[in-house]
Amino acid sequence: MKFKAKFIEERIFKILMITSTSIILLSLGAILGSILYKGLPSLSWEMISQTPKGGFYLGKSGGILNAILGSFYIAFGATAIALLVSLPVALYINIYRKKFSKYSNLVRLCLDVLWGVPSIVYGALGFSVMLYIGLKTSLLAGIIIVGILIIPVMIRAMDEVIKTIPKGLVEASLALGSTKTETAFKIVVKQALPGIITAILLSFGRAIGDAASVMYTTGFTDNIPKSLLSQAATLPLAIMNLVSSPIVEVQNKAYASALILTFIILFLSIISRLLSIKYTKNKSH
Amino acid sequence: MSFLKYRLRMDKNVHLIMKILTVFSIVTILAILLGLLYKAYPILKTHSLTNLLLSKDWFPQKELFGLFPFISSTFQVTGLAMFIAVPFCLLASIYLSEYASKSITRLVLPLIDILAGIPSVIFGIWGIILIVPFIRDYVAPFFGKVSSGYSILTGGIVLAVMLIPVMVNILLEVFNTVSRGYKEASLALGATKWQCIKHVLLIKSAPGIISAIALSLSRAFGETLAVLMVVGNVTKSPKSILDPAQPLPALIANNYGEMMSVDLYDSALLLASLVLFIIVLFFNIIARVILRRLEKNNH
Repeated sequence: MKFKAKFIEERIFKILMITSTSIILLSLGAILGSILYKGLPSLSWEMISQTPKGGFYLGKSGGILNAILGSFYIAFGATAIALLVSLPVALYINIYRKKFSKYSNLVRLCLDVLWGVPSIVYGALGFSVMLYIGLKTSLLAGIIIVGILIIPVMIRAMDEVIKTIPKGLVEASLALGSTKTETAFKIVVKQALPGIITAILLSFGRAIGDAASVMYTTGFTDNIPKSLLSQAATLPLAIMNLVSSPIVEVQNKAYASALILTFIILFLSIISRLLSIKYTKNKSH
Repeated sequence: MSFLKYRLRMDKNVHLIMKILTVFSIVTILAILLGLLYKAYPILKTHSLTNLLLSKDWFPQKELFGLFPFISSTFQVTGLAMFIAVPFCLLASIYLSEYASKSITRLVLPLIDILAGIPSVIFGIWGIILIVPFIRDYVAPFFGKVSSGYSILTGGIVLAVMLIPVMVNILLEVFNTVSRGYKEASLALGATKWQCIKHVLLIKSAPGIISAIALSLSRAFGETLAVLMVVGNVTKSPKSILDPAQPLPALIANNYGEMMSVDLYDSALLLASLVLFIIVLFFNIIARVILRRLEKNNH
């Protein structure tokens, strides 16, 4: 057996590749592991079920219910707004226009670019606009900004699913005399429903995790928001506030809050994965 | 008959609404650009643009708004992150697309998707728990320096991990577009798998690799919280990568609340946003156009 240079080279690179892949997986493990390790000891029912009490930021009792609820309100509101815009647009560029027409592709390009706009830019500009029209920092402002932020994510995710709907199905429905609207909402939406739900969950996760856009638009408060116009706390911002404290107990609370946020995100991601597995199964049979 | 009329009218109305929503979602980009320009205009009127971008003096109270320290920190953190992430992602993507068995890919890809979904604040916390002490206790003493651990290097490492899912996903798609025929031809001529990868796959997908890098760059420039939490936030041009710094997004996030007391501060921060927006837009459009063209060639 001759050991030619080319085989040795291949060997070396293969080892490098496997190492890189392992390191990537290890870094995911390190993230989850260190959050779990630091967060679990401080995680308690009190953290989840109570709002901050007096002296909470000095290490006394209380929890972050205000931030958990605030984040959920914002994520639900923003997802609802985004859904109202995204579904029609995704249907429009696939059903009403030709799937790969110049126009549809231009829309896709713009959405992709919009997706890349940093959320701090949305936050900063959104705050200026709010000042201009006289809207105070509030839950409503946060919902609108985050809604706008996740619209491109949601449209593109739905677009990827709706793209795969076979042309024959649409044509059959049109040939039977239904209008494009009926075809879009009754046939295409039904067929793409699991994918659409996945897209919604993906955007929901994005909405709950984003902090830079709500930093100046929703404000921060220890109370659970009572109306759309009251300020609200969000989980990521609560985590940031807590971790910047010099007191160790308070920092531990930040780790516990980070663990809660991670659980929420993992939960969403597992559900959407299960859905997509079910979806592909249905498709192949 | 009237029911048919109703259906047709319904169709027309829905069509119109959809058209408006679609146009609205495209126009958002222009609206953001114009909004930023409008808000940045007051400071551009009183200060020259070159002065704003290249001056090192950032003293809002004295109306000195030199953005250079922040721009240079942004480029350093981003550059470092890319320097770390690119080799790993390239090697891992080649492995996943060419060598790995199906059961491995089926295990690894969902995990990378999970990584993609983790919010940036969690990456920041991870940086504080693991990377900051590591830099402070091991890396800095190794080079004979004292560092708090909050540094450009820390930001770069955290950012690099955040970029992995973005880059790997695009690279896998790019490698997928290289047609099988090319690979098979080179293998049939007696090339080893690695030679085939080196001389066919990487050459054919070079534009795609560039666009994957450009796209990750644009993501990296805008990343705010994770970097902000570990980078130290000091208004100085850093001398080494173990020094703290403050990139553009961190500058905006840290100072936006208190700007009201100083004239033009607000305008300066929105100029910073504008600079960020333009950098991101530039890399993003390049990447998307290259990717589009690749996809088209493939169809």
